[in-house]
Amino acid sequence: MKLIIAIIQPHKLDAVKAELENVDVNLMTVTNVLGQGRQKGHTEIYRGAKEAGGLLNKVRLDIAVNEDFVEPTIKAITKGAHTGDVGDGKIFVVDLAECIRISSGERGGDAIG
Amino acid sequence: MNSGDTAWVLMSSALVLLMTVPGLAFFYGGLVRRKNVLSILMQCFIILCVISLQWVLFGYSLAFGPDFHGLIGNLNWAGLNGVGALPNKDYAATIPHSVFMIFQMMFAVITPALIIGAYAERVKFPAFLLFTILWATFVYDPLAHWVWGTGGWLKNLGALDFAGGIVVHVSSGISALILALLLGKRVGYNHKPIRPHNLPFTVLGGALLWFGWFGFNAGSALAADGIAANAFITTNTATAAAGLTWALIEWWHNGSPTILGTVTGAVAGLVAITPACGFVNPVNAIFIGIIVATVCYLAVAVIKGKIGYDDSLDAFGVHGVGGTVGTIATGLFAEKAVNAAGNNGLLFGNAHQLYVQSLSLLVAVAFAVVMTFIIFKIVDALVGMRVEEKNEIVGLDLTQQSEAAYTVIE
Repeated sequence: MKLIIAIIQPHKLDAVKAELENVDVNLMTVTNVLGQGRQKGHTEIYRGAKEAGGLLNKVRLDIAVNEDFVEPTIKAITKGAHTGDVGDGKIFVVDLAECIRISSGERGGDAIG
Repeated sequence: MNSGDTAWVLMSSALVLLMTVPGLAFFYGGLVRRKNVLSILMQCFIILCVISLQWVLFGYSLAFGPDFHGLIGNLNWAGLNGVGALPNKDYAATIPHSVFMIFQMMFAVITPALIIGAYAERVKFPAFLLFTILWATFVYDPLAHWVWGTGGWLKNLGALDFAGGIVVHVSSGISALILALLLGKRVGYNHKPIRPHNLPFTVLGGALLWFGWFGFNAGSALAADGIAANAFITTNTATAAAGLTWALIEWWHNGSPTILGTVTGAVAGLVAITPACGFVNPVNAIFIGIIVATVCYLAVAVIKGKIGYDDSLDAFGVHGVGGTVGTIATGLFAEKAVNAAGNNGLLFGNAHQLYVQSLSLLVAVAFAVVMTFIIFKIVDALVGMRVEEKNEIVGLDLTQQSEAAYTVIE
């Protein structure tokens, strides 16, 4: 089992969700986050005072999958979120030790989908 | 007595109240960080409570009561003794004296509230309260007497201040600068951006200020007549010109016109037209709007950064500088053709008026500087003006008011 964490552009969320549905990945947690990468933050201006380094709005997806879904999920996210510019975001893949469905008590691979 | 005049001035009094709460409260409240918004709302609201009482008990008598050597009113009208339904011919012949008093009360309320912009996010509540009461009594009341009170020495000199450019905006704006210098900068001012937490509040408050300002300026005619109409029109015209000018300057200078800049420009326009509105024509009001937006933009966006004082919400940059521009502009653009009770300015052949305006301005500035310095030192010695650094970082809402504006989890 892997936990896939993707940080993407907010305006790409719908496209990423559509691509994930195409590969039958329907379970995810989505949060609004702030961050900056190679493109650095943006500049805001208040009464003429420029304030650089404002963190950018991003969206974070947390998706837990079984091994055979890892590559399709990565491909789907990449396809949906890609523009080719800096700021498209990142995907992190980490090992997942356990997964428990609270309603039924199922564990591991049975609980994940 | 004229029922139309009475109705208009009563209505105007309510409009000026609206400027302080919710107008100024939300204008300033949106500009601070989310941890301090309630402290601003509380300060504006409690000023309305406290100064309303001060005015009834003794403030009105000090400012407008029977003259003592041109310097201050005596206490004969304390508790509104003798201030009733009969008109006071010296101030307004066609409305009850009590109506003139309540209209002036709302000016006395908003003036100390304007200063909040300079010390926002870092003063103790008891210190704020004590400072406000002392400032209203020892700065606002005497200055109002000098400029507007019967027998006041600047009034006798011939200073023109239709609705309070000197008395309200220069006095509060200069005092704001002194406070900002004496208090020092907010924690972290130079290291990280201090962003407004809710600009829609600021726009809402700014729009309410514009609306209420019709009472402030047109109401200052103290009659529902042509002078009031002229003040109404010049107020709207100068404000429109100033808001547009600020947006255009920003667009050219920074690449985008901002709503905060446009609202700030509009407020600067309102401030500058205040002393002039009953004496100038609408076309010259456009010039006043353009000039004040340009000068205030320089003060706020360029000079403040170079000198490096932390006038948190630009009380000095907008009210002090804007009031100064308006007071001088009155000496340039005033004309008797608009208001026979006024005078001609420099552009209409009367250089003396510009001299009188400048002198009054200097007197008000000097008085506000010295008195604010003294009052600050007294309050600082008695209760301490500034909150502890830890409390400043936590925020004034929790540490001074023990409440929070927004919940994160229900």
